Amino acid sequence: MSENFTTDVVPMVSVTIDGVVIEVPKGTLAIRAAELIGIEIPRFCDHPLLEPVAACRACLIEVEGMPKPQPACAQVVNDGMTIRTQESSEVAKDAQEGVMEFLLINHPLDCPVCDKGGECPLQNQSMSAGRPESRFEGEKRIFEKPINVSAQILLDRERCVSCARCTRFAEQIAGDPMIELLERGANQQVGVADEQPFDSYFSGNTIQICPVGALTSTSYRFRSRPFDLVSVPSTCEHCASGCSLRTDYRRGEITRRLAWDSPEVNEEWNCDKGRFGFTYLTDGRITTPLVRENGELRPASWPEAIDVAARGLAAAGSSTGVLTGGRLTQEDAYGYAKFARAILGTDNIDFRARATSSEETQYLRSAIAGTPVTVTYDALEKAPFVLLVAFEPEDESPMIFLRLRKAKTTVVSLGAVATRGLKKMGGTLLATKPGQEALVLRALPDHVKAALAQPGAVILVGERIAASAGGPSALAEVAAQTGASVAWVPRRAGERGALDVGALAGLLPGGRPITNDDARNEVAGVWGVDADALPRVIGLSGENIINAGSRENLRAFVIAGVDPVDLPDPEVTAVALARTAFIVSLDHHHSEFTQAADVVLPVALVTEKAGTFIDWEGRPRPFGQVFKDALAMSDATILGMLAKALGKQAGVWDGAGLRRELAELGQWTGVREELPSTGSAPLMSDAFRLASWRELLDAGVMQDGEPFLAATARPVIALISEAAAKQLGSPETITVGGPTGSVTLPVEIGDVIDDVVFLPMHSTGCSIYRDLGARIGSAVDVSAGGAA
Amino acid sequence: MTLTPVITEHWDSPDLYTLDGYRRFGGYRALEKALKLDPDAIITTVKDSGLRGRGGAGFPTGLKWSFVPQNDGKPHYLVVNADESEPGACKDIPIMMANPHSLVEGVIITSFAIRASQAFIYIRGEVPNALRKVASAVAEARRAGLIGKNILGSGFDLEIVVHAGAGAYICGEETALLDSLEGLRGQPRLKPPFPAVAGLYASPTVINNVETICNIPYIVDRGVDWFRQFGTEKSPGFKVWAVSGHVNNPGIFEAPLGITMRELLGYAGGVRGDGKVKFWLPGGSSVPLLTAEHLDLPLTYEEMAAAGTMLGTGTPMIFDETVSVVKAVTRWLEFYKHESCGKCTPCREGTFWITGVLETFEHGHGKESDLELLVSACNQISGRSFCALGDAAATPFPAALKYFRDEFVAATESPVDEKFDPVASYIYAGAATR
Repeated sequence: MSENFTTDVVPMVSVTIDGVVIEVPKGTLAIRAAELIGIEIPRFCDHPLLEPVAACRACLIEVEGMPKPQPACAQVVNDGMTIRTQESSEVAKDAQEGVMEFLLINHPLDCPVCDKGGECPLQNQSMSAGRPESRFEGEKRIFEKPINVSAQILLDRERCVSCARCTRFAEQIAGDPMIELLERGANQQVGVADEQPFDSYFSGNTIQICPVGALTSTSYRFRSRPFDLVSVPSTCEHCASGCSLRTDYRRGEITRRLAWDSPEVNEEWNCDKGRFGFTYLTDGRITTPLVRENGELRPASWPEAIDVAARGLAAAGSSTGVLTGGRLTQEDAYGYAKFARAILGTDNIDFRARATSSEETQYLRSAIAGTPVTVTYDALEKAPFVLLVAFEPEDESPMIFLRLRKAKTTVVSLGAVATRGLKKMGGTLLATKPGQEALVLRALPDHVKAALAQPGAVILVGERIAASAGGPSALAEVAAQTGASVAWVPRRAGERGALDVGALAGLLPGGRPITNDDARNEVAGVWGVDADALPRVIGLSGENIINAGSRENLRAFVIAGVDPVDLPDPEVTAVALARTAFIVSLDHHHSEFTQAADVVLPVALVTEKAGTFIDWEGRPRPFGQVFKDALAMSDATILGMLAKALGKQAGVWDGAGLRRELAELGQWTGVREELPSTGSAPLMSDAFRLASWRELLDAGVMQDGEPFLAATARPVIALISEAAAKQLGSPETITVGGPTGSVTLPVEIGDVIDDVVFLPMHSTGCSIYRDLGARIGSAVDVSAGGAA
Repeated sequence: MTLTPVITEHWDSPDLYTLDGYRRFGGYRALEKALKLDPDAIITTVKDSGLRGRGGAGFPTGLKWSFVPQNDGKPHYLVVNADESEPGACKDIPIMMANPHSLVEGVIITSFAIRASQAFIYIRGEVPNALRKVASAVAEARRAGLIGKNILGSGFDLEIVVHAGAGAYICGEETALLDSLEGLRGQPRLKPPFPAVAGLYASPTVINNVETICNIPYIVDRGVDWFRQFGTEKSPGFKVWAVSGHVNNPGIFEAPLGITMRELLGYAGGVRGDGKVKFWLPGGSSVPLLTAEHLDLPLTYEEMAAAGTMLGTGTPMIFDETVSVVKAVTRWLEFYKHESCGKCTPCREGTFWITGVLETFEHGHGKESDLELLVSACNQISGRSFCALGDAAATPFPAALKYFRDEFVAATESPVDEKFDPVASYIYAGAATR
């Protein structure tokens, strides 16, 4: 891929800073050039990812030939330029000290009670670049404090130094200019419009880049001092974007999470779900193993629980289905993949807790599993053209959204809705009814085909392609015809890793086909088991596992981290749980699965173990253990105990050992399964079709316990086109009915194709599987009115 | 030096503001002449005339025009800065009310010269009379075919939009004006890029003051030599002087650059009640004040600079001995504090601080040591703020202290109102004693 791009050779210029001559790329700002020689010029408004604004004036330096001191954050260095910073210039030093003194005039010196105290750029820089004492003796201007700019973000206007980082972030990076500077002079303040709070998915970043304590979060405010926190580098467990985070804890409790620097992935940003959605970790933990006795779950010791589980699984043998969910680390998912094949002797395994299809399964095994990284964030930034298929980046992978916004590449979305997110990326809609993606993919307009044929063009396909008959096949055809690179963007953090390590029927680690003798031999060798003991026939996958359970075709389930509401058919799921003889559930929180289980084994939280998520790129995102003295065991460790109790052994089960095995296995280089080529899209009647996806902030269990975050979610509405609304008599609410029920929601008119209604997939007050019994692309009844 | 009415020559003609009234005295003759010229020739003429911007900074107008890149494929814009808001400045508004067509004619000629087919006149929103006069002059000119497609058969097209500001002093700063015109919050823009390269809608833009533009028809019509007979080598031409304050006959006097304040005072009827000049400002509150010893200096850009001040808008304010300089400076700073846009720290915080300290002097409890503090605070603003508003805010106090230190020291003892009866300084108070 990289050879498709010419490397831009940036000419170098020579600049003298405080007597030191350095060469920097042309266009470098003085403040950055000074950093290169270890000189830190004070700054507030400056941020390397925002456009220079030169407003705070803290970074004034002397530039030879210029009569006035210049702001280093906006001063591009030219060849031969001579710059003197505070290190060698009295003018610069005096200017910086003066600005620092000014900044403190109206800043309340409430550092002892301020969240930022201890990690505050204003505090630090007034120590390093300010005069020891202020000469100001007057009265400071006073504001009511704090005010809510959103449910989650609080603004203390007295502390604000008007650097405009937050407002510039909102406009330039997030594309949500919902906060703006108001008023003027010393009364200048950040504000929002009436009734229009700062409900941006990325609002939390403004707190982090605020150089003072003006912006705080409802959830962290007054909860801790930074110097009392222990910080651990982490990887976000919410989606497949792979954000680097910093997890801060105190006395065994997470107090906050921050976006951490990862220029190749999330740059310095993250989304609000990743930042604020961690309360679920601590509330309502399962603390001990549970076993069912006389129909009731009761606490049990580990030896007893393992013993009960092992006996039940031994009885079921290979008539077991393993559902791993998409939330596991690569190590744990690999543990299940190994446990299913080598210990249980079954290939009935799937990580996908959602609508699936055999066509998708084949596509993933053939084109994605265990393949090297081809499309990266950087490639997206440089791509001349990106086609989105069944994928809404702002909701489903927010860092891709930010990167595509930054890239200003041409974006076309194959979907039914021209979303706000698409508009913010400057994208256009290639309209299709949900479920008919294959029809459009097979008859792409010439300009899209030509665009896809450009070097570096990318197709990003979301998980929803699974439910679109013919979609994966058509996708493979388009990629072959145009040469565009395809990246599959799953929603959950553990999905790509699970796929790569073989937590999917028909697949052994590294993309190895289970039907291939060489592949089985390689894996058996590393696991130290007899290759003949591994299944050689492709097992059940996806919904077929649940369906088999509901027909009493399976005798046991091993279920990890799956929320049953994610499964597309709640009734079948309930039947399967009722009819399956033996269920082992490995989880840290209760769900319908744990309630139906015969044995519940509590597992470690993501904060209680080290591990690796593989992001959508295929890039490993390893993270460390936050709580080092946690007693909880990882899924894989527990699976190892079960294996031992079952009297079987297959390699090792500890994290480091599992990683070694995976490294030893590497990627499959042999023959892969063929791409699917048979699917075709169904013809559709004129009925309204349902478009839906999971909004970033919704009723997902990993957002539990964070009401302030939930309050910034998008309103739950039914989105229809203007024409459709007119046809219905311009109602304020509509009722959307499916096979098992209906929901009535306020109507919003948007850029939707006429015979489509969009509903959020799983939000409070609207969950399409549970409430409608409908799926994406289902025909639904739409009528005006009803009680919302 | 005698008065030389040019822009103001026919202001006593009651219908000068109409097209017919303006044409009666040769109006739009310059336009006819200009449209037959090469645009570059007009730029050269204006350059040669040495005309300097009348908005306050005195930048050479022809040079400014020549910065606009030609044949760049982008639209060019002319924006007239008619946001006259400087304390003490009242020249552009009278021009627009009395002789709006001279502005319109200047706009058309200038647009032709810089190859702009769209011009904007950004008028201070608080003066609806001027707004109405200019808007109706534009409408009249449009009906007469002087604006629109193919003006006077020349093939040149031009549209003019008259836009009302929304009441912020900062929008007189040219880049803040552009932001305001684009519908954004009026705050100055980071330069570079300069407006001549990327101004309004990121396209090459010339921004000129009303009076500057009004000079253009006369220069085109009467020539460089005629223009240069007025004024000095570095400050050629004439100026619409608006004299205000404690004078018997405040008003507008058009005279060559180089006239002295004493001469202008003569035209303005002298200081009221035979009083004496205590201090005066050559052009708006943003220039350092002068005293009676400077009355004989020629009012030119260069002489004012040599005296440590600036010509500014050329609208002298005269203060007699009834005025407390402490109070005057405090009022000016209150103005800058109120009008600071808030964008940059020195201006936002500095004006807040200085004003607060000055108020302590006004009320008689200033500390003498605070005088050095104020100088220091002004120095921390001057040359370090984002735009000229901050620089302007830092000018009144140091000059006042230079000439009237005693008065500030006295204000550490007793409130200024005790020594300076505020009523005595009012204009009507003076009238009563007369």
